[in-house]
Amino acid sequence: MSAAAVSEQSHVALNGVVRHYDGPPAVHALGPIDLEIGRGEFFSVVGPSGCGKSTLLDVLCGLARPTSGSVRFEGKELHGEVPDGIGVVFQEDSSMPWLSVRQNVAFGLRTSSLPEREVAERVDHAVSFMGLAQFAGHYPAQLSGGMRQRVCIARTLVLRPRLILLDEPFGALDQQTRLLMGDELLRLWRETGATVLLITHALDEAAMLSDRVGVMSARPGRFIDMVETGWPRDRDSRIVSDPKFGTLTARLWSSLREESLKTMGRAA
Amino acid sequence: MTRRRAVLLVRIAVLAGLVASLEICCRTGIIDPLTIIPPSDMVASMIDRVGSGELDESIVNTFSTIVLAFVLAVGCGTLAGALVHRSSRLRDVADPLLASYYSVPTFIFYPLLVALLGLGKAPLVVLGVLSAAPAVMISTLSGLDSVSPVLLKLARVHRLSPVRTLWWIVLPAALPRLFSGFKLALSYALIGVIAGEFILSGTGLGYAISFAYQSFDNRAMYGLMLFVLLVAVIANGILYVWEGRLARRRSAG
Amino acid sequence: MSDVALENAQSRHGSRGRVRAFDAAVVALLILALWQAIGSWTKGVAVSPPLQTLVYLFDLLRTWMFWDHAAATLAAFLVAFSLSALIGLALGLIFGVQRFTGEVAEPILAGFYTIPKVTLYPVVLLVFGLGMSAKIAFGVMHGLVPMTLFTLGAVRSLPPVLIRTAKVLRLSPGRTMLWVLVPACLPDIVNGLRISFSLSLLGVLIGEMFSSQRGLGFLLVNGMAQHNVPLSTAVVTVIVVVSIAANSLMLRLGGRIAHRSN
Repeated sequence: MSAAAVSEQSHVALNGVVRHYDGPPAVHALGPIDLEIGRGEFFSVVGPSGCGKSTLLDVLCGLARPTSGSVRFEGKELHGEVPDGIGVVFQEDSSMPWLSVRQNVAFGLRTSSLPEREVAERVDHAVSFMGLAQFAGHYPAQLSGGMRQRVCIARTLVLRPRLILLDEPFGALDQQTRLLMGDELLRLWRETGATVLLITHALDEAAMLSDRVGVMSARPGRFIDMVETGWPRDRDSRIVSDPKFGTLTARLWSSLREESLKTMGRAA
Repeated sequence: MTRRRAVLLVRIAVLAGLVASLEICCRTGIIDPLTIIPPSDMVASMIDRVGSGELDESIVNTFSTIVLAFVLAVGCGTLAGALVHRSSRLRDVADPLLASYYSVPTFIFYPLLVALLGLGKAPLVVLGVLSAAPAVMISTLSGLDSVSPVLLKLARVHRLSPVRTLWWIVLPAALPRLFSGFKLALSYALIGVIAGEFILSGTGLGYAISFAYQSFDNRAMYGLMLFVLLVAVIANGILYVWEGRLARRRSAG
Repeated sequence: MSDVALENAQSRHGSRGRVRAFDAAVVALLILALWQAIGSWTKGVAVSPPLQTLVYLFDLLRTWMFWDHAAATLAAFLVAFSLSALIGLALGLIFGVQRFTGEVAEPILAGFYTIPKVTLYPVVLLVFGLGMSAKIAFGVMHGLVPMTLFTLGAVRSLPPVLIRTAKVLRLSPGRTMLWVLVPACLPDIVNGLRISFSLSLLGVLIGEMFSSQRGLGFLLVNGMAQHNVPLSTAVVTVIVVVSIAANSLMLRLGGRIAHRSN
């Protein structure tokens, strides 16, 4: 039995989702996509560049409306608005340069009606959870890229989201930092019990972190393969030494390689 | 000694040196005292005049005009900039106009303003606003441009209302460029008002300088000049330092 | 890009260009209408209406007197602008390359830029007397500092790797400046020239308003003193048209140079 919790009702469900851009030129960016993610599952999406991964994320959290098809979060359909309970970490650095680390993290709770004491507690917890305690008073410009992403993740955490979407959050980081950040992400996933959807172009990252990996085709992006990893819940980056890791990565690449060649041919 | 300290010291030394050589040249007669009076006399004259209270009315007049022009320019400029930013068609129209605006010397319209609005505060304020508002508009456009799209996405993810998005995200993100526009606005408003008073007015510090010049009262003229220059330098200097403080937080170290 | 996409992009450009031209015409008409409104509302006391001005201008352009004045302004302006541009360029390059000197000088220059230079006019008049040299002094006083600051900024923002490359190629300082520095900074330098142009012209005109019996600035003041409203309006129109034309030309030039270096 897979480690992903099997629930009667999936946490996130996409049905026949298609996304067109009017242009000119008109672009069929995504779909049709059918996808169900279970509650508490760690799901990754890999695909060649330009395949629509970021569009998928926009549609999933309500930032963009599907041209056709439906997106359901916790049973309710999304209508172009971001619902409560979803946290997003973007690919670009979204830390606010005019606020300190602490203020950045607390930003998410500005609109909440929580009492001050609880806000402070949550902020402190998130800041130390992401290893930022000694930099709480610093400003983003004084931190490295990796730390700024940690600030963005911490900021998402304080809201206790039930679904966390991450769009290539470690893209700008070096390999070693990525591996460590991967471990952080797993720790976060286990502690919060949230459903995680990670978009990444790094196959090893997807293979190592997830319960299930979806491989997307070149544009217009569709799922061409779904791979169950079968990892135990308390995994970390050391599973790279498990022989199954190599098999998984190889399988992902064999599905992905042709799609990537298609994308390169198109761009050439 | 840190580099910043060293630069500051050298700068002070250079300025002091210039003032000192001017003083010497004047005192020894190398420079004709009918042309330029020694700096020490300028300072004495300034302190006399300002201290005696005879300038109080002019000072209040000029400064109130400048402040009024500044506030109006900032208000109108920011509003106009925000409105134009929302419409790409308006933007296409406004961009070339703004790019050419400062190539035309605004003061040539000053007599027209006087003919329209009479002598007094009104044409001076309008002149100040005409000089300063476009700079604010340009920097507002630039500031709004500089808000990175990911921050706007963030606002939507946090489900912020439009007002909150503006107040909590857009404004702070655009602030550096907005502030540099405000700095320019103060400087242009000050220049515009004083130039206007100098050319064609009956009151204010600019007029006082012109009057002193035409009455061959060099001492009074230089004292007034020094006062106006000091005020300009200090006012702009304060904003400059403030801007530096804001910028330092946002830059590495 | 596929053929269809390219066609789409071009037609998008074409229609946007047409909208732009239409809007520009609308704006021009609005300005003329406003001008007319002010002219007739003040009954020609402040400004004379567009048509009347145009007619007067045509006649004016055929008089010897006008061109005599215009030549005086042009002469003073050319000297002032050339001085501002060359000295400004030289100072800017020096201050940019010699970092320490640049750091010392920049706030002083920036400070000079923000003070009301009109307060210094009497000093200029006392030092240079009345006439051509005072006009040129005014022009340089306004045009020099911006040119220096722009050039200084351009050199400062030069990617250091270009200087390192010049050093590796063992170029002499003169050649480094001429072959590397100036071409790399050219867009910003042209920008500085554009600003300096407008400000030098402004300075010369102001000088003429205060201290001369010749030149367009004098003509303007004279027209006002004699309540010859069509004359002053016509002169203002000439100044505005020339300023905007020169500015637009230099914007285009700057744009083209920037494109080349990108």
